[in-house]
Amino acid sequence: MRQVLAIYRKELRLYFDSPIAYIFIIVFLAITSWLFFRTFFLIRVSSMRSFFTIIPWLCMFFIPAVSMRLWAEERKTGSNELLMSLPLQEWEVVLGKYLAALTVYVVAIILTTPLAIVVGALGSPEWGVIVGSYLGCIFLGAAILAIGTFISSLTSNQIVAFIVSVIIVAGLTIVGQPLVTMFLQGPLIVLVPYAEWLGLANHFSSISRGVIDSRDIIYYILLTTLPLYLTVKSIQASKVG
Amino acid sequence: MIEVENLTKRFGSTVAVDAVSFAVKPGEVVGFLGPNGAGKTTTMRIITGLIYPQSGTARVNGRDIWDEPVEVRRLLGYLPEATPLYDEMSVTDFLRFVATVRGIPSRDIPARVDKMIDVCSLQTMAFKDISELSRGFRQRVGLAQALIHDPPALVLDELTSGLDPSQILEIRRLVRELGKEKAILFSTHILDEANKTCDRILIIDDGRLVGEGSPHDLAAMASGEAVYSLEFKGDAELFTEKLPNHFKVVHSRPGAEGYTGMELTCSDSVDHSEDLFDLTVAVGGKLRQLSRKEATLEDVFLELTKGGEA
Ligand SMILES: Nc1ncnc2c1ncn2[C@@H]1O[C@H](COP(=O)(O)OP(=O)(O)O)[C@@H](O)[C@H]1O
Ligand SMILES: [Mg+2]
Repeated sequence: MRQVLAIYRKELRLYFDSPIAYIFIIVFLAITSWLFFRTFFLIRVSSMRSFFTIIPWLCMFFIPAVSMRLWAEERKTGSNELLMSLPLQEWEVVLGKYLAALTVYVVAIILTTPLAIVVGALGSPEWGVIVGSYLGCIFLGAAILAIGTFISSLTSNQIVAFIVSVIIVAGLTIVGQPLVTMFLQGPLIVLVPYAEWLGLANHFSSISRGVIDSRDIIYYILLTTLPLYLTVKSIQASKVG
Repeated sequence: MIEVENLTKRFGSTVAVDAVSFAVKPGEVVGFLGPNGAGKTTTMRIITGLIYPQSGTARVNGRDIWDEPVEVRRLLGYLPEATPLYDEMSVTDFLRFVATVRGIPSRDIPARVDKMIDVCSLQTMAFKDISELSRGFRQRVGLAQALIHDPPALVLDELTSGLDPSQILEIRRLVRELGKEKAILFSTHILDEANKTCDRILIIDDGRLVGEGSPHDLAAMASGEAVYSLEFKGDAELFTEKLPNHFKVVHSRPGAEGYTGMELTCSDSVDHSEDLFDLTVAVGGKLRQLSRKEATLEDVFLELTKGGEA
């Protein structure tokens, strides 16, 4: 565990020693606050609903921007030669790196909580829904980040890692939307529940309603652990190639 | 102790390493000499467990890369080619990071890092970012991270490339010092470098080991000489006295059963083995072994030096 912690600290400081983490957090906060206050003043409703509905679409772009460098950068500079020559198991490196990126995202999410305080001060929101939505944000982000980590481990080009991650996450989000499911007609209609189950944002919106369903939790746990497992496998495979 | 056994590694259709076997004993600095693309880096990456071979294996202190890769890495200090480091970190932070991952107890880390900064003469750079360091200092940081856990075996890939002569001298002294107790594999594409730093040299070309010998043997070959080794019984002093002028005695030590092991160099490239037999008979001695190292090695050698200058 000490090894994981050492990798975690190293990655975290690489995020915060360079502008990436700050740019990410500031832009994320700027966009979410703007969207929040716009609806807040426009419709004068003290609710965070519009804020949370936009989260899956923001994460689709923001999280791949955090995960893209995790492996691709070290591949490119060659520092992974040094890193992988240390007495570490592959999973220890994967986990340490992943948790550091997750921390950057969680910090950004936590920094949006003043919005909830504003809502609380001006009205009487349903706190269960807000807490559930925040939980949903963490689950959703954790899964997207795991996917981005896996993609980053396959390339030495950060831009490629970013684009491919966005495409995959967008695909997983859109597949469960009515936009897609309404095209599943005739015999294909049996696929609708599967498409809806697969949809990244669907589970988020059900958690956001304040209903914690174990199926949603299982979905996110699966979608987080599977890409991380594949990351370990892809790193092992690259040694044999 | 580093052992490499019958290692073969292909990348697609390129055979990077072809059935290579050798061993590096503790207290020995072994030079791994060959032109660019010969397979040095690939061999070293396999020893470190960064990649796996198609066949064969490597062991460090008896631990196998297939069975105990993490343990192998624990026993090794590795300097990757071109010294990739974390540029955004300061020298001290970087060494602390490596020390932590290497499992050095937290309370020992500051002292250990200070020691490495001392050993590698990094005092003036300790708090600078690695990105600000010159090539020479980068190499020293690379060496410091390889040494921080005091490993029994070191794998140093092109340690002196890109350094100026005075830096090379300093690093060479350090490697020789470390080589008194550790097993060191030291790769270079420069003949002179291997010659001056190593106890023994392995020559690799096109993935295959094509020669092996002490720097002296090899130097002799490169200058168009041949090396004769023989075991002689009888009046060794008289024998050496009567040797023709083109022979030079490199060393002569009394061995088992009254035989004296001798190594001679000959400035003439013609085979003089017969002359040595005749001389032995003339002085009334006996010979039970006589070998002459062939000039094929020399050819390889000359080719290698060309590679080194390029
Ligand atoms: N990752 C790789 N993929 C494909 N080919 C490689 C790879 N690494 C090395 N090679 C090839 O293997 C051969 C040996 O390379 P290398 O071990 O780097 O030689 P050296 O270190 O002696 O210069 C070269 O032909 C090189 O192109
Ligand atoms: Mg090389």
